[in-house]
Amino acid sequence: MATKRITGSQAVILSLLEEGVDTIFGYPGGAIMPIYDALYDFDKQVSHILTRHEQGAVHAAEGYAKVTGKAGVCFATSGPGATNLITGIADAMIDSIPLVCITGQVASPLLGTDAFQESDVVGISMPITKWNYQVTKAEEIPEAIARAFFIAQSGRPGPVLLDIAKDAQFQEIDFSYKKCTKIRSYISKRAVDPFKVKAAAWLIDQAKKPLLLFGQGVIIAQAEAELKAFVEKTGIPAAWTLLGLSALPSDHPLNVGMLGMHGNYGPNIKTNEADLIIAVGMRFDDRVTGKVSAYAKNAKIIHLEVDPAEIDKIIKTDVAVLGSAKESLAMLTNNVKENKHEAWLQEFRDCDKVEREKVIDKDIYPNKEGLTMGEVVRITSEKTNHNAVLVTDVGQQQMIASRYFKFSQSKSNVTSGGLGTMGYGIPAAVGAQLGAKDRTVCCFVGDGGFQMTLQELGTIVQNKLPVKIILLNNNFLGMVRQWQQLFFEKRYSFTELQNPDFITIAKGFGMAGHKVTQREDLEEGVQRMVDHDGPYLLEVVVEKEDNVFPMVPSGASVSDIILEA
Amino acid sequence: MKQEFIISIYSENHIGLLNRITINFTKRKMNIESLTVSESAIKGISKFTIVVKEEEDRVKKVVGQLEKVVEVLKAFYHTNDEMVFQELALYKVQTDTLYDSDQVERIVRKSGARILEITREYTVIEKTGHKEETQELFEALNQFGVLQFIRSGRIAITRDPIERLSEFLRERDTLLSQVD
Repeated sequence: MATKRITGSQAVILSLLEEGVDTIFGYPGGAIMPIYDALYDFDKQVSHILTRHEQGAVHAAEGYAKVTGKAGVCFATSGPGATNLITGIADAMIDSIPLVCITGQVASPLLGTDAFQESDVVGISMPITKWNYQVTKAEEIPEAIARAFFIAQSGRPGPVLLDIAKDAQFQEIDFSYKKCTKIRSYISKRAVDPFKVKAAAWLIDQAKKPLLLFGQGVIIAQAEAELKAFVEKTGIPAAWTLLGLSALPSDHPLNVGMLGMHGNYGPNIKTNEADLIIAVGMRFDDRVTGKVSAYAKNAKIIHLEVDPAEIDKIIKTDVAVLGSAKESLAMLTNNVKENKHEAWLQEFRDCDKVEREKVIDKDIYPNKEGLTMGEVVRITSEKTNHNAVLVTDVGQQQMIASRYFKFSQSKSNVTSGGLGTMGYGIPAAVGAQLGAKDRTVCCFVGDGGFQMTLQELGTIVQNKLPVKIILLNNNFLGMVRQWQQLFFEKRYSFTELQNPDFITIAKGFGMAGHKVTQREDLEEGVQRMVDHDGPYLLEVVVEKEDNVFPMVPSGASVSDIILEA
Repeated sequence: MKQEFIISIYSENHIGLLNRITINFTKRKMNIESLTVSESAIKGISKFTIVVKEEEDRVKKVVGQLEKVVEVLKAFYHTNDEMVFQELALYKVQTDTLYDSDQVERIVRKSGARILEITREYTVIEKTGHKEETQELFEALNQFGVLQFIRSGRIAITRDPIERLSEFLRERDTLLSQVD
């Protein structure tokens, strides 16, 4: 193999190029300066997005990874630069997002001396990375980067971190690159066991009331077509987890809606009536199951899952099919009989009718005076032809947007699920827009989460990213307030905000925007935002004390879902 | 029901891996009763032996998570009955106590311990056995005053006639060949 003499820093950039990296999110500083200096010569091959905070860089990398399926890459310096990545890394770990985070570190002779901007980032990030490694010699760089990408993107994806000492960035090496395809101690792929598939198929053919639950595993495995083929052959209703959203088009007749705490009425109560649950690429999160001891008691459980540690972790399975959902679903489809479950499906439609009358219509076509979050989401989805990428922050707007935004293609939902990271929305939208340059990106944020990372408006404007931000302002930390109302006797302990003039702030960053306070201005306001060539902030002042329903109260069974307070 | 389990982990010998492994216990507030790490029969592969007192379901789940650690080759768990295990203890007593009467000598003989070193001031006694046995000797000797006492972590070997280490490496080779 041909080699050439280069510095460790140049080796970092060349290795990233070998891995097909086209976008890096980051923030320079002392210990990573040699890498940034090397990057300066590669502006044609790779674009670097300077965020306003390292947390912005890591969330942007997550957003990029979500819409592309490729690893998001971010750079930060040692010490505070590295520790500012931690929230995003934890978020990526729990939501299985492939990230390669590269941090600078003090020169290796200074390790352990409390040098300026030294922090033990390998130690700090260990519980929240799939793998991490400290590089102290330049010659380790190509192999470390090759391993980092292989580990981040294979099996159940996750974040990895490479901490590169400054002296290793300066050293010269003979560079050659070889992609990593296997590691002795790490099994990235497993062949699907045909006997398990047969056992699962038998249960499916026997079932009278089967329900399929799909999660992000379908999207990660790119098994959307296989999922569709399976449900269409078997006629089994399919419900999604928050992260499974967009894997099956919203208008598919077998798509029966969202699971979990603020999910739809039917999928929740029918979970406990089903005689078979087929869980695909999901992990029975507590927000999905509610009270575990009262979950799916009448059902046999089939679990299609890539991660063996998820089998029986929360819910005991009858048949576990290990492997990629792409393979296992396809094999399952070949092994099941064609079927229809019309009467059972009708029960879901009946539930939907109840939910429509009691909740949905009031949310999305309200009669009351105050504006609702639901109508803003509905109109935004309509005006973008149900074809936009949805990015949400965390809280009420996240649940409402996930419930009412419609999707026609996969990899279109970018949200912080497992960690519930407020402040995720705006920076994740930066990454989502760069990963899906030709698509409209609609980012819903609340007034609380917006103020956690709104400095990234600067990143959006500097990079001319046409992100459409819809700020649903209720002057409250709305979800916490809702819980205080329902479970803490309306004791609104520190949830009301005195907010700035957000439109002026946007203007200060050079971003266009306007504020809507009346229903008659809403449609036109959304249209103006969508038509605007460039980034836009639409602030909608919504009802202060609106709640998200239905709701499975914390610790209650999914059958005890409530439709109204 | 909580009981003692012996967790055996085979891993690459890499810096920081001990931390990555113990994190999985800390995270669940699971106490490690004893821990031993050393090179296994295969060069470059370390073996961890970890003893916990826990419910089996929790042990099973933590072992599942340990197997996910990239540099871990394989993790098992066993009950005490399924393994032959041993610990080592060292005791330092004043040499005078051996002169004063023959009681210390008798205790040492009876317990199957042996004397490692004798100086004018102190004598070091070594005993291998289960924790109860090394503890029993400690209590017996302590009547005469034990100056220092130290016990090692547990090491254990399965009663299985099959050698698990080679079994899992074969299994691993098959899986890796599927990747190609």
